[in-house]
Amino acid sequence: MTSTTPRAVRGPRSTWTPAQIALTAIAAALSLLWIAPLFWALSTSLKTSTESVASPHWIPDHVTWDSWKGIFDAGNIPDWFVNSVVVSVCVTFVVLLVASLAGYGFARTEFRGKGVLLSLTMAGLMFSPAILGVPLFTTVQSLGMVDTYWGMILPQCAPAAMVYILYKFFQSLPKELEEAAFIDGAGRWRIFFTIVLPLSKPALSAVGIFTFIASWNNFLWPYMVTNNPDLMTMPNGIATVQNAFGIVWPQLMAGGLIAGLPLIIVFVFFQSQIVRGVAHTGLAGQ
Amino acid sequence: MSSTASTASTTAVPAAPRVARTATGTDTLRLRWGRRLQHGGWFVTPFFVLYGLFVLVPIVRGLYLSFTDANISGDHTSFIGLDNYREALQDDLVWQSLWHSVKFTLWVVPLIVVLALLMALIAHHTVHFKWLWRFCFFAPFLLPSAVVANLWYWLFQPVNGLVNHTLGLDTPWLTQKSTALLASVIATLWWTVGFSFLLYLAALQNIPQHLYEAAELDGANAFQRMIHITVPNLRNITGLVVALQILASLQVYDQVVIMFQFGSGPESSTRTFVQYMIEQGFTSYRVGYASAISMILFIIVAAVALARMWLLRTREEATR
Repeated sequence: MTSTTPRAVRGPRSTWTPAQIALTAIAAALSLLWIAPLFWALSTSLKTSTESVASPHWIPDHVTWDSWKGIFDAGNIPDWFVNSVVVSVCVTFVVLLVASLAGYGFARTEFRGKGVLLSLTMAGLMFSPAILGVPLFTTVQSLGMVDTYWGMILPQCAPAAMVYILYKFFQSLPKELEEAAFIDGAGRWRIFFTIVLPLSKPALSAVGIFTFIASWNNFLWPYMVTNNPDLMTMPNGIATVQNAFGIVWPQLMAGGLIAGLPLIIVFVFFQSQIVRGVAHTGLAGQ
Repeated sequence: MSSTASTASTTAVPAAPRVARTATGTDTLRLRWGRRLQHGGWFVTPFFVLYGLFVLVPIVRGLYLSFTDANISGDHTSFIGLDNYREALQDDLVWQSLWHSVKFTLWVVPLIVVLALLMALIAHHTVHFKWLWRFCFFAPFLLPSAVVANLWYWLFQPVNGLVNHTLGLDTPWLTQKSTALLASVIATLWWTVGFSFLLYLAALQNIPQHLYEAAELDGANAFQRMIHITVPNLRNITGLVVALQILASLQVYDQVVIMFQFGSGPESSTRTFVQYMIEQGFTSYRVGYASAISMILFIIVAAVALARMWLLRTREEATR
């Protein structure tokens, strides 16, 4: 903003004012500091295990892909990866469906008890599932869902925050289109699926992306609900099983990068949507 | 606005008899069901089945269990009144682990606010490479907690760890009491600051440009514009960031417990409140006692949330 006036006066190259150069240098230094641990993980993963524990240096003397290949040859990491994908995709799908229906119900329909249900949902905004860990486990246990996919997926499918975000979003939509469809005799369900949902893509993608991130990265709940290595998800397997057999740094880092990279690649491609999503969800919380 | 929604639904109903005039018996049945399905309650039912089963029932169950001596198998449970709560209040480890969580919160919250704001100001005011700063600051947030913990466990190794090597130190970060929790604070800061950074960045972009232009015309310099326009306009988002961070930090578990290999750190200096609760439930199998601890955490978190609502309301009244 400060640079708009000088730019007009001095021509196209003049955005590089001394202040801009200094600011860009600070930004570059801070960014380098922030991204360095990830490069260090990559560098470690390309070293041999003896080289990795030698005096730290950024460029490996002998680049080796053994740790990355090892992931696919032996161990459970491919299974955990598939489990993570299955769980996160199912959770995201169910949350999108259930939360958009509930958000619409709260925003656009009237029924007895709505106020009570809405305040129950709002109350759920303040605590994370960690608080409920133990009683949630005994509940899932009494449903016979311990050590099952169901037990891993369903308890992650009731996020009050996502309902709240969509509720706020649906309230902000103009009513005219829906009213026109009502007059034409369309029912609520048809209106919801054919008019409201297509208008809600930005909010739905924000909710979908965040649900996916939260579910992909969820450590605590899968850790509680299963100790069967065949059912574990990436975060859970990496934290428990991989550490149990003595630490080999290049393997540990390669496994970590495999767990972390999918979301980072998604972020590279959908950066602006995700940024808008954070802004949207965050500002809804104001 | 909700009244318009209900009038809209009543205008929809008269459409039904017009069709029903020629309808056969099965058609009227379908129409009756069709009309019943228009009830708004059906929209919230799927969510409330899940929410009831996996949030509301566990809360009630946790409350009930906290008055019992239940173990993990659920056999031979008897009602023991307030004994668990009495025991918790006298349990040194409850207080110690609560203090660790509070200490963690007191470290993390101010650091995150300052750093996220600084990052957002830098990213907002630079003209070039904005996407690059955004990427670098936010990318760590996308990693699973287990990966963050393993990575920083590696970075903080006393011999040949990158941190000590770069700073020329030989601090045993993770094995001495004075630095262990601090190490997990640093890892958390690196991991989560990106989210608050994006919130601040969005808030900065929402400040109307004309305010700055008007101030510039009035001869305000960059510093004055910052103090009189930027800072007041960021008050709401700061409140949100602080509230979210307090709630998240009081419930910290993953990264700390994994960084210390599911132990409690040097001289038990990193055992957090949630960790103690989970140890009681899943290691000692004392589900009743663990539930009492989780109810105590529930009360603490609710108090923080209510305090925020109260602050917001008093501020609104003050500005009115």
